[in-house]
Amino acid sequence: MSDTEHSHDHVDEEKRDFIYIAAGAVAAVGAGAIGWPLVSQMSMAADTKAAGSIEIDLSNIDEGSQVKSLWRGKPVFVRHRTPAEIAEAEAVDVATLPDPATDNERLMPNKEGKLDPRYLVMVGVCTHFGCVPIGEQGKVDALGEYGGWYCPCHGSHYDTAGRIRKGPAPENLVIPPYEYVSDTVIKVG
Amino acid sequence: MSGHLSTYEPKYGVTKWLDKRLPIVRMGADFMTYPSPRNLNYWWTFGGILTLCLMVQIISGIILAMHYTANVDVAFSDVQRIRRDVPFGWLIQPMHAVGAAMFFFAVYIHMFRGLYYGSYKAPREMTWILGCIIYLIMMATAFLGYTLPWGQMSFWGATVISNFFTAVPFVGEALQQWILGGYSVDNATLNRFFALHYLLPFLIAAIVGLHIWAFHHTGQNNPVGIEPKSKEDTLPFHPFYTVKDAFAIVVFLLIFAFFIFYYPDALGHADNYIEADPLATPAHIVPEWYFLPFYAILRAVPDKLMGLLLMVGAIAVLFILPWLDTSKVRSMRFRPVTRIWFILFLINSFILGWCGAATPSDIAIPMGEGKGLNFLWLSRISTLYYFAYFLLILPIMGMIEKPKELPESITKSVLGGSSSGGVPSGGASS
Repeated sequence: MSDTEHSHDHVDEEKRDFIYIAAGAVAAVGAGAIGWPLVSQMSMAADTKAAGSIEIDLSNIDEGSQVKSLWRGKPVFVRHRTPAEIAEAEAVDVATLPDPATDNERLMPNKEGKLDPRYLVMVGVCTHFGCVPIGEQGKVDALGEYGGWYCPCHGSHYDTAGRIRKGPAPENLVIPPYEYVSDTVIKVG
Repeated sequence: MSGHLSTYEPKYGVTKWLDKRLPIVRMGADFMTYPSPRNLNYWWTFGGILTLCLMVQIISGIILAMHYTANVDVAFSDVQRIRRDVPFGWLIQPMHAVGAAMFFFAVYIHMFRGLYYGSYKAPREMTWILGCIIYLIMMATAFLGYTLPWGQMSFWGATVISNFFTAVPFVGEALQQWILGGYSVDNATLNRFFALHYLLPFLIAAIVGLHIWAFHHTGQNNPVGIEPKSKEDTLPFHPFYTVKDAFAIVVFLLIFAFFIFYYPDALGHADNYIEADPLATPAHIVPEWYFLPFYAILRAVPDKLMGLLLMVGAIAVLFILPWLDTSKVRSMRFRPVTRIWFILFLINSFILGWCGAATPSDIAIPMGEGKGLNFLWLSRISTLYYFAYFLLILPIMGMIEKPKELPESITKSVLGGSSSGGVPSGGASS
């Protein structure tokens, strides 16, 4: 007649369910706790992340030419634009662009807080699938149909402000974070 | 592993002892006596050829790994050193590189064979799906391996392919950096690609085991696509198909050897003999020939995400093929109209490959002076047909087509319909 005797031959289903769920939950948390480091180890290592800034001296760049520097494993273009190229970039009706931006929006202020339209600084990576667009002065057909850059991989054309004008790339060439550390030197990253 | 009655009887003390504890000899013996349809043609030898390809890749790959360092400073010169200085490296490195191309050549024939003879239909859906998984892992393995020599095509191929992930909404860029282990393709990328390239072939080997298990459980399909009905309809795997497979393998190896010894670089790209340079993209980036049709599908659409989805869809559609084809008749031999659609599909696949290799704006089919259909539009038409074949033609044809009369049995289809069935099975074994 005692309760203890009764409980020996009776399975408490609710109690068993609770044990199943509790054990399963602990196992799931454990699997997650060990699984996350195994997944996360693939992201950028601290030293990779830290090696993220370079300085570029603008005074070495002749008018009409461009320098390429390696920043975070990607090229950064600095083009010393000619007055004609600047005028061309400023004259475009922004509303007609696939990725609208004025020429001034693609520049950073210098030490005096002014924009210097001569120097255009961009990440030299096509926004389509990551190739390096061609944009050297003096090479035949190297500037694309809009006088800026041309991506040889899938045929995207960028204008003299690095804005996408024609082809499969969805966006303008990216402006990296940069600032003027002196009148002629910029720090990218 | 196989679905037939075991006839193996251990003869010796050791084999008797082993058979009670681990019947591994029995498994091998059952494999060799497995009853296969008597009418299998040479298109069925590619399963064996592919098994050989996998073994060649794994063995030559392990050897290459002994002489290779996955580091951006030395990877490129390591491969050159293997080619020039390592004893027999001149043989083993091309064996691996050409072997990858031969592997895809064989897998495409194997897949088209499955498509033509309806090998994907019930009850062999799992065999087909496992095959699709193998194909998918093969593509990943080939892509990862192509990065390792660290040439210009290696680097820019990896850059373009990893940029696919940036098309994923919201998390695209984070996902890409997680895959690369950096802001761009670099040493961390090369290292992990090497680790994964070494892992995946063993995964393929395991799935190949399941693939073989699956079709040994259901029995093999055959050129007429009807099930064996009597013992007369089948032959033991050995010696009948071991000999047939061996002959096909010898012919395959002749072609393989021709490339290794005379044109080891014919299937590669000259730009990959320039060391990777993150500052200069080669003028014309093309993937290896076995990816060209999918590359054409990717480029057929101007939108980045849509192009990617179409390319993924082109492979995903293969997985659901067993449920798209509504016809009960397996073999195209008895489907006079769908057979024509199939041949067009085959031609279309070559056209897609042609488009993938070309510059989209170039003229493909001239029509008058300086005008005509360019490769972009040709690839759009071809992409449309690729999907239409699976999503429209196969579902509809199964419902409206009147198939030809199927033979009564496999034996009758081999010996002629008029035979009375009294022919002894030995009569056609030649």
